[in-house]
Amino acid sequence: MSSEKNTLVKLENAGYSQNNKWLVRGVSLEVEKGKIVTLIGPNGSGKSTTAKIALGIYKKIEGKVEKYTKKVGYVPQKVSIDWTLPLRVNDFMVLTENLKDDAINEALSLTGVEHLKNKNLGNLSGGEFQRVLLARAISKKPELLVLDEPVQGVDFTGEIALYELIKKISDELNCGILLISHDLHTVMSATDHVVCLNGHVCCSGSPIDVAKNNEYKALFGEQASQILSVYEHRHDHVHSNEGEIKKN
Amino acid sequence: MFDDFFIRALIAGIGVALVTGPLGCFVVWRRLSYFGDTLSHSALLGVTIAYSFELNIAVSVFLISSIIALFLIQLQKKTNLPGDALLGLLAHSSLAVGLVVIGFLTFIRFDIMGLLFGDILAVTVKDLTIIWFGGALILLVLKLIWKPLFASTVNYELAEAEGLNPDRAKAIFTILMAAIIAISIKMVGLLLITGMLIIPAAMARNISDNPKKMVLFAIIGGLLSVIIGLFSSLEFNTASGPSIITASLILFILSLLKIKQSIQLKN
Repeated sequence: MSSEKNTLVKLENAGYSQNNKWLVRGVSLEVEKGKIVTLIGPNGSGKSTTAKIALGIYKKIEGKVEKYTKKVGYVPQKVSIDWTLPLRVNDFMVLTENLKDDAINEALSLTGVEHLKNKNLGNLSGGEFQRVLLARAISKKPELLVLDEPVQGVDFTGEIALYELIKKISDELNCGILLISHDLHTVMSATDHVVCLNGHVCCSGSPIDVAKNNEYKALFGEQASQILSVYEHRHDHVHSNEGEIKKN
Repeated sequence: MFDDFFIRALIAGIGVALVTGPLGCFVVWRRLSYFGDTLSHSALLGVTIAYSFELNIAVSVFLISSIIALFLIQLQKKTNLPGDALLGLLAHSSLAVGLVVIGFLTFIRFDIMGLLFGDILAVTVKDLTIIWFGGALILLVLKLIWKPLFASTVNYELAEAEGLNPDRAKAIFTILMAAIIAISIKMVGLLLITGMLIIPAAMARNISDNPKKMVLFAIIGGLLSVIIGLFSSLEFNTASGPSIITASLILFILSLLKIKQSIQLKN
């Protein structure tokens, strides 16, 4: 299934330590074009660290990382803009790449924040800022998207819409996505491959496989595994364009 | 026209202000004002070396400041001392060593006040060439590294992840800092160069809502400070550096009024 041509980034037994403490170790994963790989795990389990290893932000690592693309869009977990730096949404959109006005508008309207274009970044709410971060990352039409909790602070309906958008982007741009999320519900419906971390890889595979895994149950509890089985049921039908529901 | 010392000083000051505007914005954004102090204090050592070996002052200051900057980066990697302690250590020890060396150079007459606070009488036509060519070069390089430097100022990891090489931009920026200190030392004096970098930029922050505007206003603020400062220096017979910095302080205070207004508008 995995051909070298489609691979965007590949981690082999990768690990990173800071102050003589391993943040994460022994991670192997692969993100391919058009596929969504999701990292889940409790706080401090090394999800963000793994993403930063994949992005090449951490240089002194154990193991191997191979990145096959330079067109990368990144939504970091935390971005704080200092007051000393006056920055409008518009300035932020062209931070790493020069974009035409049309491309900026298109990306901002996809995440529903076109009206904030000339607002100061410091005056946005948490959810609005998150939408701008996502818009910036997708605006450059990347081949690899790394999203570290992209919908944190976004309202409930917005959250669902943004996850749908992420899925759509992955299909339309045929880009690979490495996603970090806490929300098991939404993640599982769109993900192709799940990697469950807890300082190391607990288990990995399709969402259903992971849900059945005992280590996963131990980590997240029986309830979490039921969430996934809900998804198993929800996948038994498709919606046609006319709104009919067809059973598989 | 260049025969008149005042015209020379004015042209030199304008050249310096055009460069300190954009660089100063980065100093404010990246919180490097103490770093600027450290580099400029080490410039005294550069000046004494220039006198001892009969080198060009700007070249010598540039080299010494660059070496101190590289030394600082090494110290940061090798020791666990906090950054500000290391900066203080280098700033004061290089200033002290510079003054001690001056003590030994009894055969040369030093105008210490001129070195510390600037001396418009000392600006020669050759200095003008160095300021304008050096300044143009600094601005050109800054324009080339603008994107990675600015992106990493906003968020280092984002710049690194999206392939902009922020470490290289940072290293080049450090060298540009050494260069601006080297070319502006005669005008402003080594104790006040950082003021020339941060005060117009701080003033500009108060009246700007985006980075480009802030750079533009910092340049305008620097130019006004130089012009007002030099004319009053001539009028009141005060040292050029302190006069320029005082002028920039007045502009800064005026810009605070604008902030107060906009806060009142919001309420």
